[in-house]
Amino acid sequence: MSTSSPLYAITALFDSPDAVLHAAEETAKAGYTKFDVHTPYPVHGMDHAMRLKTSRIGIFAFVFGSLGVLSAVALITWVALHEYPLVIGGKPFWAWPAFVPVSFELTVLLASVLSTVTMIVFYFKFPNNAHPLHDTPYMKAVSSDKFGIAIQANDPKFDEKSVREFLKSVHGSAIEPVAYDVEDLDHGQQLLDARFLAVLAVVMFVVASGTYFTLNYAMYLPPFDFMMEQNKLKAQKPSELFRDGKGMRPPVEGTIARGFIPYAFHGKADEAGKMLVNPLLATAPVIDRGKAKYLTFCSPCHGNFGAGDSRLRGQFPNPPTLNSDKVRNWSDGSIFHVITDGQNVMPSYASQISRDDRWAIVHYIRVLQRAQNAKEADLR
Amino acid sequence: MTSLDYTIDPPITTRAVTPAEIDSAIAAPLDRFPSKRWWIAFGVTSTMLAGGLATIAYMLYEGIGLLGFNQPVAWAFDITNFVFWVGIGHAGTLISAILFLMRQRWRNAIARFAEAMTIFAVLCAAIFVTVAHLGRPWLAGYLFPYPNQHALWVNFISPLVWDVFAVNTYLTVSLVFWYLGLIPDLATLRDRTTNAVKKLVYSVLSLGWRFSNRHWSHYERMYLILAGFATPLVLSVHTIVSFDFAVSVNPGWHTTIFPPYFVAGAVFSGFAMVQNVLIIVRKMFKLEHIITMKHLENMNKVMLLTGSMVGYAYAMEMFVAWYSGSQFERFVFLNRALGPYAWAYWTMVSCNVVFVQLFWFKRLRLSIPIMFAVGVLVNVGMWFERYVIIVTTLSRDFLPSSWGHFSPTIFDFGIMMLGFGLFFTLVLLFVRFLPSIAMAEIKAVMDGAQAKH
Repeated sequence: MSTSSPLYAITALFDSPDAVLHAAEETAKAGYTKFDVHTPYPVHGMDHAMRLKTSRIGIFAFVFGSLGVLSAVALITWVALHEYPLVIGGKPFWAWPAFVPVSFELTVLLASVLSTVTMIVFYFKFPNNAHPLHDTPYMKAVSSDKFGIAIQANDPKFDEKSVREFLKSVHGSAIEPVAYDVEDLDHGQQLLDARFLAVLAVVMFVVASGTYFTLNYAMYLPPFDFMMEQNKLKAQKPSELFRDGKGMRPPVEGTIARGFIPYAFHGKADEAGKMLVNPLLATAPVIDRGKAKYLTFCSPCHGNFGAGDSRLRGQFPNPPTLNSDKVRNWSDGSIFHVITDGQNVMPSYASQISRDDRWAIVHYIRVLQRAQNAKEADLR
Repeated sequence: MTSLDYTIDPPITTRAVTPAEIDSAIAAPLDRFPSKRWWIAFGVTSTMLAGGLATIAYMLYEGIGLLGFNQPVAWAFDITNFVFWVGIGHAGTLISAILFLMRQRWRNAIARFAEAMTIFAVLCAAIFVTVAHLGRPWLAGYLFPYPNQHALWVNFISPLVWDVFAVNTYLTVSLVFWYLGLIPDLATLRDRTTNAVKKLVYSVLSLGWRFSNRHWSHYERMYLILAGFATPLVLSVHTIVSFDFAVSVNPGWHTTIFPPYFVAGAVFSGFAMVQNVLIIVRKMFKLEHIITMKHLENMNKVMLLTGSMVGYAYAMEMFVAWYSGSQFERFVFLNRALGPYAWAYWTMVSCNVVFVQLFWFKRLRLSIPIMFAVGVLVNVGMWFERYVIIVTTLSRDFLPSSWGHFSPTIFDFGIMMLGFGLFFTLVLLFVRFLPSIAMAEIKAVMDGAQAKH
């Protein structure tokens, strides 16, 4: 041990628990505060002899346990009431007796694990294998069957000579100084150590390539691909089972899609104008619906207000205004027919806009016409 | 501070030993090259483990159709093994936590071993339920509540979800408790060893423990707190396992006696397993003066008590089935005793209730061959208890048209072997690489270990 190293403590060994207990009492009585007793097992009464306060670690267990129960109840309540409510025989969603087991387990889990980690990391400042006491004959003795006292050099009353005499007076043996290991003291910035960075790089590479392999290759190997190969025919896939070689079956002749009603007035504008009546009432939701559809499908050519001011900058012929007397005098059925069947260069919109939406657009066009030709009475 | 009273009576070791002798006796198996007997044992168990792993790998590749279960008996060997292994674990926590709180100082010599067995047994249980029973273990993540892209959450009202939380908490807390106890012993080993590699490993694992009394002060308090948490935890775990059955409406399962009955059975089988393994270990490593006849006798007494509780539960189940007036309940219990699985039922009753009564006699209680044989029989009986509960109820439910019969395939036995192979392999590795008796705890309760005033 180099004499130039700074001194950590003076240590002394004792043979029996009685001797070390007595010595610890004397050390505390002599006014030393920065000293420690090292025993191979906890010695009864030592906390009192060293004048240590009762451990308050239980407070952390209480706090983390409370955190556990609160977070469990909060998570379960949120899932059961808001995010994923399950109807189970008509029972209440907030079935608190059934939440007790999980809440209890999480309480125990957080309280035990977090308070143990708190003790080890924040109370003990572990892991720490660079303490000056490590690898000393003193430590090897107290880890087996001896008992020791170490009075630290940073104690305000510390004086090497008087401490040695004091330890001798309480019948300590093997009184030795323990110095800091200079290498341990002067380790510099460890985060940027090349070896540490190399380990970090290897870990990053292994984790990244392992993840990539798992997600892109492993999950496509048996048995993990059990959902990929299934004995069923998919649309557009060929099949030898049918004579036409297609997996997909064509519908039976004359099949009509659900909700589809054939349009009886193709090419019969006059009849449509006479026979068809708007089935929808001009209520606010219907007009809003019509407005939304008009702005989506009609306004690019007819303009936002039906004035025929196309936004297409001449790429498509401008239609006439919808606000003219001619269109205002058309029946609803005529306007519906034009949307459904098309007129001149205007194509049919039957495939893009549902029947009800077309009738709603008709209502909205009526709104535009009245707004553009407002009378004095409308403004009042 | 509420210091723990370590005075004990009678002395826990059979003869006066010094702390240094304790260290040598316990650390010796770690220092020397393992004996031939260890290698033979390890060869047997690791072969079982390898066979079990091969079976399970084949099952994962081919699918769970290899196993014997099917509708209506959809729970069979896997769940029987799961409940069996969770139960084995319970003795460890009972010894390490409940007996600690009850100031039963004799438990110090066997606590470490029992805790390790808890961890290994719960690991086995977890493998049975997440790998063998799920069939597609890579989907096991859905057992946990986490925000996923399917916006899917677990059903917190389901006992099967409670099980996930209970078993995982139990495994984690047991590991923490066990590791906390190991830290001082690892530090002792660190200071004893002359081998550079071992020194590095023990240094890392012991975290730099310095035997400081300022640390012991918090450490002891923390140990007490963990024992306090582990006690209700261990009771909750098998209670929740029993809820897997009791919360359903099947005849034979839907009873309120299940939680205490399961906990008693778990402790019963766990103690049998601890007793069996300790008999071998104390002989193998010459630790008879530390794990004494007194320990074995105490364990036998606990087995007698819990075995009688289990016997009481069997009788009470029969009585309540009759008293309930429900024809389905009556039928299920008559069917257990007289139906196609009567052989399993009577194996269970004789192993669990009859043979253990030998422990009323002190001579038999102290005879190692007899207690070993009874311990083995108890574990056979407790395995059959779970088998009987699961299979008789599922194969004969309310509708005779949906009755069925379960018979295992060879793969069922292969996967069952995995549990025993894994458990005993881990036990052998544990006695080889870690101190199987808590050195610091033993030293603290020896004669003259504490100050006299």
